[in-house]
Order: sequence, then structure tokens, then C-alpha cells
Amino acid sequence: MKALVAVKRVIDYNVKIRVKADKTGVETANVKMSMNPFDEIAVEEALRLREAGIVSEVIAVSLGIAQCQETIRTALAMGADRGVLVRTDAELQPLAVAKLLKAVIEQENPEIVIIGKQAIDDDCNQTGQMLSALLGWPQATFASKIKIGDGHAEVTREVDGGLETVSIKLPAVVTTDLRLNEPRYASLPNIMKAKKKPIVTTTPEALGVDVTPRLVVLKVEEPPKRQGGGKVGSVAELVDKLKTEARVI
Amino acid sequence: MAALVVAEHDNVALKPATLNAVAAAKEIAGQDIDILVAGKDCRLVAEAAAKIAGARKVLLADDAAYDHGLAENVAPLLIQLATNYSHLLAPATTSGKNLMPRVAALLDVMQISDISVVVSPDTFVRPIYAGNALQTVQSKDPIKIITVRGTAFPPVEATGGAAAIEPVVPTDATGLSEFLRAELSKSERPELTSARVIISGGRGMQSGDNFHLLEKVADRLGAAVGASRAAVDAGFVPNDYQVGQTGKIVAPELYIAVGISGAIQHLAGMKDSKVIVAINKDEEAPIFQIADYGLVGDLFKILPELAEELERRQ
Repeated sequence: MKALVAVKRVIDYNVKIRVKADKTGVETANVKMSMNPFDEIAVEEALRLREAGIVSEVIAVSLGIAQCQETIRTALAMGADRGVLVRTDAELQPLAVAKLLKAVIEQENPEIVIIGKQAIDDDCNQTGQMLSALLGWPQATFASKIKIGDGHAEVTREVDGGLETVSIKLPAVVTTDLRLNEPRYASLPNIMKAKKKPIVTTTPEALGVDVTPRLVVLKVEEPPKRQGGGKVGSVAELVDKLKTEARVI
Repeated sequence: MAALVVAEHDNVALKPATLNAVAAAKEIAGQDIDILVAGKDCRLVAEAAAKIAGARKVLLADDAAYDHGLAENVAPLLIQLATNYSHLLAPATTSGKNLMPRVAALLDVMQISDISVVVSPDTFVRPIYAGNALQTVQSKDPIKIITVRGTAFPPVEATGGAAAIEPVVPTDATGLSEFLRAELSKSERPELTSARVIISGGRGMQSGDNFHLLEKVADRLGAAVGASRAAVDAGFVPNDYQVGQTGKIVAPELYIAVGISGAIQHLAGMKDSKVIVAINKDEEAPIFQIADYGLVGDLFKILPELAEELERRQ
């Protein structure tokens, strides 16, 4: 079976973001960009399924500006077989991403789609659920373990109360949580090899998808700053302050 | 304008996160708020929901298809009910996050995730980049699908209401997915997301066994026990302890961070706490920058001393 993974180009998780002075968004010029960490976990899981002989091919899809190709190259360097870039300069919101992925999936016919549970930029946590809804497929979100059986998958999910295991029919969409695996680093030879792997480019127009945003961003602001930095010298002083100054115990 | 709030429950008890979502719904739709209880043998939950202050009526969908809240089965029910409402809301818990985007996609609308402020019935504020920026968005869609950040909306009263309970005709099970089993943490302590006091441990705790040091302090304070991602990744404690951008978002009266350096993604989950205490041996740790009371030192000495001091002065 084929596996399809979606990989998003986001500001690197180590970068301290800056809100633009005109409040239209977050500064991305000259900022280090990387693959969304949850999507790295998705790529790793698909590769492990291929190495286990369950998956025959791993296709990495990214959507957005031309530079998203670099994110696909990262997936290819990790070991994915080929890439698809849906190129557009338009702002893409999760519903549009889900529609575009659906169109790609109808061409590629994977049996399992693995994507990150959320992107660390917009923190939406929607795309996987929306995609499976549009496809009429089952979903297993926040996965910490995936076991593929005959025509179905057993997925353990991280939920608020602990862990929950569901059985889903294949084809299905799985979204990854942190504990699913630890993604590998791409080795230098594999980075070189990845340059020769094929990436097909398409567009929302070619896929027949209207990507008009449904949410209008009115402004982006910095949150109120917290005044911290206070110190106490002893446990007795701490308990004193909590009782008499903060009055929380 | 009318809003439907999806109740969070386990077929027996109504979860407090529901009350925060109702609070957000009130700011949108005033008195016209209904609550949906979908589950199996969940009549008790509907009775509890009917007592929520401000509920107009409770819709009870009691059917085997809705046991364990499988999104594939519950989403069609919400689609069927959606025609009567301008807004569908759920708490931004793992179940709300699992269900609502599926509903939104089937209605061909965008979800507004994790709102922290209601500006107007179509405009909301939501945190992005782990809470390092706040985005104000206006929805152009005919129906608004929303998940609610509980810590941003003080809960409505759980009692005082007397809403009617109306059964709804269940939709069919899709057969796409099946619940197999759950391994849920059992604890006598308060739930993280509704606790008044939380004490959390990080990598500095060194092992899961050492968490008993936190528990002793938690016992004195009636506190919930949490953890940083590093502590969960290291296997010290289970995933449901995790506080952070992708774990639980908390805002207690008092948050005590022990052996936690203060990675951005952890701060995202707790920086709205009223009072923050940090205990760490590294005085350069970023957690001290947001702490009201920082105590630099060895947690293995400080924690027993703290438990003792709290006991002495109780």
C-alpha cells in the first residue's frame, strides 16, 4: 500500500517569533524555516511502515509557495520516495488544505495518510480531521502507536484522560502526536540522493479547488507581557509570600 | 442566533470543561443556548446538563453509536442538528478537537480553533504560535464551528438551571471506526484543567519515582500534578500529565514549576496562571523570567522542606 504524508513549512520551533509592527501577521522574512515537527513524526512513521514491509511507497506533499519544495526535499532526504508540491501564493487555511490534499489523494490513491496533529504556527489542529471527513474515511487523531492489520489499523491515541485505542478501516487518516516516534536525521548521502528524487508540481487551479480563505485575519498582536523575575531566598519566605502577599494558599 | 454546545462527559458525569464552553456561548448567543449530550446510557449527564445556569434545553442523543464519542458517528448527528443553530461550540479538549473539524468540513466551513475572546458573534481572538501572538479573526461562514479555550472563559454555574431534556433521533453508526479499549489514569487528585493549584515536574525530577516528592506537596495544597513535555518524553509520567502547547492548557490560581527550564511550548500551556512559582537549580532558567516567585536551589532538598513547612503552617 502507498502512504501519503503532508508536510508544512513553518517557522522553526526554536525561533522566537516577532509580531509585525503593522499587526498584519508574524515576521517571516529572514527567519529560519523548517518542517512542522509533527509532520516530521508523520514522515518517520510512514518510513518505518515501509521498512517493515507494510508500505510500498511514501509520497510527501506540501502546499504553498515555491520554497515549500525545500520542505519536501527534507522529507525526501529522510527517505520519502517522491514529492508533490501544490504551488500557490495564496493564504491557505485548513479547509482549503484538506480540499487540496483530497484532490491529490484521489490521484495517488494511498491507503494511509499520516499528517501532524497540528502545525506549530497557526495551532489549528484541523486538517487531518477535515481531510478524513471530506474523503468519507475514518480518522485516528493524536496517535502514539499505529499497528496496521488486514484492511484496518489499530491506533492508540493520546487523550485527556490517558490513552485510547481504536480500530479504523483502511483507507484512513492518522494524525501524529509527540510520542509516536523520534524522527531520524537526514544523513549527508541521503540529502544528496534526495536531490535526484522526483517532485511533481501542480496548482489549486489544476486541481479544481477554490482556496478562498473563510476566516479574515483582522489583526495579529503580541500577548500582554507577564511581569516575572521575582525571587525568594528560602522555603519559609516562599510560603509567607504565597499566604500573605499573593494569598493563593 | 442560537448556539449548541457539545457537552464533554464519560456517560456518567458531565466534565467541567463544558461549563467554560457554555460561558463562551453565552457571550455569543445570550439566552439561546442548547446543550447536546451524545453518548450511551448517558441520561445522568443530561440531567446534570439541564441544571447548568443559562441552558435553554438539553438535547439527549442516547445511542450505542455515540458511545466513546467516535467522531465518525457523532459528526453526522451534529450535521443533522446544525440547521437550527448559528454556532456550534465544544471545549478545546482532545474530544472537542477530534470532533469539531470533522463537522466543519462536512458543512464546508472553517473551524475557529481554541478561541480565547469573543469580540462579536463572528469575530474571535485565538492564540497562535504557542500563545506568542494573538490573532483576531472574522468568520465569513454561515455557521460558526468553534472550540473554546477553557481557561479563557470562567465557568458558568453548574446548578440553578432547569432546562427541559429533549430526546433526539439518533443517526446511524458509520461502521468506519470502533473503540477497542482505554487506559485512563486514575487519580484522587483534581483534574489538571480545573484544578485551583497545580504542581508540575520537569526533566529535573530525574525519574518517575521522584514524583512522589511533588505529590507530598500536592497533598498539602489539594493540588493536581502535571509535567513538562521533557518529563513525559522521558517516560517519568504518562501523557495525560503534560502541560503545554500541545498538551493541556491550564490557568490555575497557583502554578508551581519544579525542575522545569521553561521551554516556549511549556510556557504556552501555563503562562496565564495567576501566580507562578519556579523552583530550579539553574538561576538562568527561562522559567524564572515569568515566575512571580523564583526559588533557586536543589529541588530534592526544597520539596521535602516545602511539604513540611506547609504542614507546619496549615
